[in-house]
Amino acid sequence: MGLLSLAIWLPILAGVVLLAVGRDEQATAVRWGALIASLVSFVVTLPLVTGFDKGTAAMQFQEKAPWIERFNVNYHLGVDGLSVWFVLLTAFITVIVVISAWQVITERVNQYMGAFLILSGLLVGVFCAVDGLLFYVFFEATLIPMYLIIGVWGGPRRVYAAFKFFLYTLAGSLLMLVALIYLYYKSGGSFDILTWHRLPLTAHVQTLLFFAFFFAFAVKVPMWPVHTWLPDAHVEAPTGGSVVLAAIMLKLGAYGFIRFSMPIAPDASHEWAWFMIALSLIAVVYIGLVALVQQDMKKLVAYSSIAHMGFVTLGFFIFSELGMSGGIVQMVSHGFVSGAMFLCIGVLYDRVHSREIAAYGGVTNTMPKFAAFAVLFAMANCGLPGTAGFVGEWMVILGAVKFNFWIAALAATTLIWGAGYTLWMVKRVYFGPIANAHVRELKDLDSREFAMLGLLAIAVLVMGLYPKPFTDIMHTSVTELLRHLSVSKLPS
Amino acid sequence: MNLDPWLKAAPNSLALAPMTVLLALACVVAIVDLFVDDPKKTVTYWLSQASLAVVALLSGFCFDNGFTIYAMDRMIVADPMGHLLGMFAALAAMVTLVYARPYAAHRELLKGELFTLAMFSLLGILVMVSANNFLVVYLGLELMSLSLYALVAMRRDDTGATEAAMKYFVLGALASGFLLYGLSMMYGATGSLEIGEVFKALGTGQINRAVLSLGTVFVVAGLAFKLGAVPFHMWVPDVYQGSPSAVTLMLGGAPKLAAFAITIRLLVEGMLGLAVDWQQMLVVLSVASMLLGNLAAIAQTNIKRMLAYSTIAQIGFMLLGLCPGVVAGNTISAGNGYSSSLFYVITDVLTTLGTFGMIMFLSRHGHEAEHIDDFRGLARRSPWFAGVMAVFMFSLAGIPPTVGFYAKLAVLQSLVSTNVSGYIWLAVVAVVLSLLGAYYYLRVVKVMYFDEPVDAHPLEAKLDVRALLSMNGAAVLLLGILPGGLMALCAQAIVRALAT
Repeated sequence: MGLLSLAIWLPILAGVVLLAVGRDEQATAVRWGALIASLVSFVVTLPLVTGFDKGTAAMQFQEKAPWIERFNVNYHLGVDGLSVWFVLLTAFITVIVVISAWQVITERVNQYMGAFLILSGLLVGVFCAVDGLLFYVFFEATLIPMYLIIGVWGGPRRVYAAFKFFLYTLAGSLLMLVALIYLYYKSGGSFDILTWHRLPLTAHVQTLLFFAFFFAFAVKVPMWPVHTWLPDAHVEAPTGGSVVLAAIMLKLGAYGFIRFSMPIAPDASHEWAWFMIALSLIAVVYIGLVALVQQDMKKLVAYSSIAHMGFVTLGFFIFSELGMSGGIVQMVSHGFVSGAMFLCIGVLYDRVHSREIAAYGGVTNTMPKFAAFAVLFAMANCGLPGTAGFVGEWMVILGAVKFNFWIAALAATTLIWGAGYTLWMVKRVYFGPIANAHVRELKDLDSREFAMLGLLAIAVLVMGLYPKPFTDIMHTSVTELLRHLSVSKLPS
Repeated sequence: MNLDPWLKAAPNSLALAPMTVLLALACVVAIVDLFVDDPKKTVTYWLSQASLAVVALLSGFCFDNGFTIYAMDRMIVADPMGHLLGMFAALAAMVTLVYARPYAAHRELLKGELFTLAMFSLLGILVMVSANNFLVVYLGLELMSLSLYALVAMRRDDTGATEAAMKYFVLGALASGFLLYGLSMMYGATGSLEIGEVFKALGTGQINRAVLSLGTVFVVAGLAFKLGAVPFHMWVPDVYQGSPSAVTLMLGGAPKLAAFAITIRLLVEGMLGLAVDWQQMLVVLSVASMLLGNLAAIAQTNIKRMLAYSTIAQIGFMLLGLCPGVVAGNTISAGNGYSSSLFYVITDVLTTLGTFGMIMFLSRHGHEAEHIDDFRGLARRSPWFAGVMAVFMFSLAGIPPTVGFYAKLAVLQSLVSTNVSGYIWLAVVAVVLSLLGAYYYLRVVKVMYFDEPVDAHPLEAKLDVRALLSMNGAAVLLLGILPGGLMALCAQAIVRALAT
């Protein structure tokens, strides 16, 4: 069994075991079991980076076995520079999620942990799949655990949020299914994504395929105007659910653009780039303004996620090395930063049971250690140099300047909006005098919370100060993708 | 198992083996039951199960001996499709009886008739799946239907059941009339009752088109009644809701396989020459079924009624696979489409067995678990069986990695592979409508997982029901992870059916 299979099936298997044998009476054992499983799953992914060959854009660590022979579907896995970081990110975030739930989740612990472990394996599967149908199966299967996580452990409007999340995503991806089947037919009976990349397609077909994929991935990213499920899902989901949603699930959409839409329909991608750029700018500017007026911290971070993901799609569709790499770096850094932001909100919520900004004030007086972390992550969220949030945004803006100055100028306003909504929230929540009795009684971080935020803080700083390893690994793949995109696939 | 020497010696007896064995054993069960005093009917039950197992094994062993056998003056055909469907129908009957036994025992339904009628309806199904003659099709259909009418009416003192029986009987008789009328027209036009001969006669192109068209309409209408496709679906919700759940499963499980079989036998093997006509009708039927079935299911609070509308929608999706058989005069995608429909109907029956099994599992003495609310908080009462039910629901909604996804995938793929834009748009319509469907399946998952339980009674089912339900759920999941084997069997069956 290869590394990638291990990275996928280890957490899934562990999750199934926890579901089968775990009981609330032995919650501690379940928690330790989940932690060990997630740690082992993370360790398994490390050789993917250490053993990664930076000189090639081809798929690495490949595994291939026939799966459904009647449709020529293969269990074909592989990673390249575009996807390898997300495998690690997923495994890493799962460890954090398990730690974050330690004392918070006291009911149906085994189901909670099991759902997250299974979800983690499925998400890794999405990033590793080189077969279109395998990708789709993992992509869709992730809906089931997330639906249950939001619905079972979520807030008061969890049912509404869970349904909205599920149906929105399903609506988009069903059109993608038709597109996948069409490509299967067009390529003479192959579900191999790499074969599809080489398949000549007419302009009309490319446009239809582009939009079929667009609906699937735009919902997932999410792009304006199909973003409305995200604030609901984030607000209602338990902390762990919000973290996985923001840190990884949103990346599935952006990843889909660079794995499917762009290489399969490059001509349509160029033709419709203005459309994608326009939607991305709306996300950056309009959603940034929307974030500014939120009263609920989780909603604020949710809207800020949409704005940040707008940067990712913007970076992709300006077709430059800086933009593309910047977009991917932004995806990874946003994984750390948004996850950390939601964990901070979780830390407060566990103590006060409110997410309203107005319910806080002066937290730094009672929780100095926590406030230090929170301010660091807030700085990363608004893109302060030296933190992870800066690198990606900076690269995308640089790329955009070369593409078109006014687009870059508009995009750069995010630095203003981002600083505006994040810092204003920080000011109202953390600084100033102690606002009320709840805040006065707050206890600072315990060692568990310290460890989990500490890990993320290290990641955020390392990525901000020394991003070279991240960009190095993706460099060859990004160059190859851009070369591929510059060649028309229209049949001559 | 090498059957060649036997085959050459006695083709008739071998082709007929499952049917004759079942007939004999059904009579044995009926007689033995007269001497069983035990109110639990243990002897009758195990004897019936053993008989059904023998039939399933016989059909399974005969699955493909390399050639198609015609018996009884070419009235009966023994081919892989017949054996495959026969085997699954017998298995479905076995599973139904396991689920039904405790349910029926609590409702004074556990009588000898339950077993004999179930076996005779299976006999009708076996006759239908191996019919090679219009009259044999009709005979099998009537044998099955009459047994089912009686089963629905078995609870004489229940107004709901009586009403359901009346509706089922009247509309079923009407449907049989339609079918028979259509078949008589086909006979009049072609001069033959044998399916192969009709096919040849149509191929000559010398037949009066007016009679043929009229005949096709009646045949399709009759089949649509039996399948429960819109606008011939009116009986389905009432009968599903009114019948005791055990009987609902008997008429919602195996008979679907038979209805599919005669659809293939009549429309494809017999009337492929008229495909252009009946394909159009099937497109309309299937889109209407998916639309109305999915929309109406959303409004239901009774889970049996919801599943009835869901069945209508599922049948609509299954019919889509029969639509792209003949495109622009060629039949390249025929095997592809028909085998995907076959896969769809088999997996749908597998899932239906499980869902009604769960309904009976939650019912207990004096309480019918008929409402969606009866599933409230099941995840707390029994996480395991809530998981099993969730698997069934996700499969019906077509979410991977359950088998329902591959069934939908196969059908969609057969539509898209025609590369005709009309069919590709049909696929888009189908996925959009199946999105509607996802809502009400998710709602069942919602009440199980998100709501608090209202019913605190412990689940009292015995080990056999628990084990079989778990296996049923595991099958839906495992076939979802490794669907290749069953798909290959379906393809093989259809290829052989088309070759003859």
